[in-house]
Amino acid sequence: MREENFTIIDDGSAASVPATVRDDQIRLDHADIKRALGWELKSEGFCREAACVPVPEASSVVTDAGVDLLQFARLIDRPLALDAEERAAYLGTSAGDRGEALATLQAPDFTLPDVEGKLHSLSDYRGQKILLVAYASW
Amino acid sequence: MWQALYEELADSNFVVISVAMDKTADDARPWIEAAKPTHPSLIDTQHLVADLYNMVNVPTIVWIDEDGRIARPNDVAFGRDTFKAITGVDSAKHMNALRAWVRGEAQAMTPDEVRSLRSLPTGKHQEARAEFGLAFWLYEQGRNEAAERHFLRGGELAPDDFMIRRGSMPMRGIDPMGPVFAKMLEEWQSAGNSYYLQLPD
Repeated sequence: MREENFTIIDDGSAASVPATVRDDQIRLDHADIKRALGWELKSEGFCREAACVPVPEASSVVTDAGVDLLQFARLIDRPLALDAEERAAYLGTSAGDRGEALATLQAPDFTLPDVEGKLHSLSDYRGQKILLVAYASW
Repeated sequence: MWQALYEELADSNFVVISVAMDKTADDARPWIEAAKPTHPSLIDTQHLVADLYNMVNVPTIVWIDEDGRIARPNDVAFGRDTFKAITGVDSAKHMNALRAWVRGEAQAMTPDEVRSLRSLPTGKHQEARAEFGLAFWLYEQGRNEAAERHFLRGGELAPDDFMIRRGSMPMRGIDPMGPVFAKMLEEWQSAGNSYYLQLPD
């Protein structure tokens, strides 16, 4: 089957990888999974940093045709928004991971630009009391 | 909107960090230029903070203490009473509680209170945010029809997430103050739901 460029956005940053697309089945080479998402296929499963997720023997996540993206996302417990027609998918963060972070009561850190493009991190203001306000023009 | 409070409490080791959930910096710019904030005033086009803190609407406030811990979880508060008649939210109550906390005259919540009052995302909320992420990327690429599908899908997955349902309207050519929003609000409220989720007293 013909390989095409497919975009995977992992928590906001986009990478283009070759993929075969058939309906909602997106298959990628495991080397491209590693390049785009940082997960390496080893004998113990898919590994990133210290964490490894075993690949169940009976599953069809990994076949000779490549890694099935939807099944891979499920395996690593990440929500995946997919548009096969647009050749793009977005890998989000699971409720479990968000809940775990919030359970510590530590305010999640972030870095964002101001209107001039200068970056600020929440953690720059450690040592002060902070009122965080999310608002919008809408 | 929060600049006056920031100035009032600036001597008390306190800072306001405002985050605009707008599609571009230029959408937030008129508000920022009018408010002339001297505190950090940030732009979050991808709704990163909404995802990290499970925020489903604006305005949402969080108190964070000197150690970077959440001292009061997501709540609705306004900097002034301009829209009080519509929102039913009085700005003074929160403002006074915040003043007392910042000045050390009152404790914030205990960790157990924070735990019991905070909202955690469900799997559907996180699926919806992935749909928003994809939709926003497609929108920025000019692929508006495809973006529309995923904005809508996000709203279907998490009907309480107005950060997605209303926040996507400016990207979909829909007036976020217009009849589409009015109808959405009417349906939501007539089903017995609140649009602004305030913490209990």
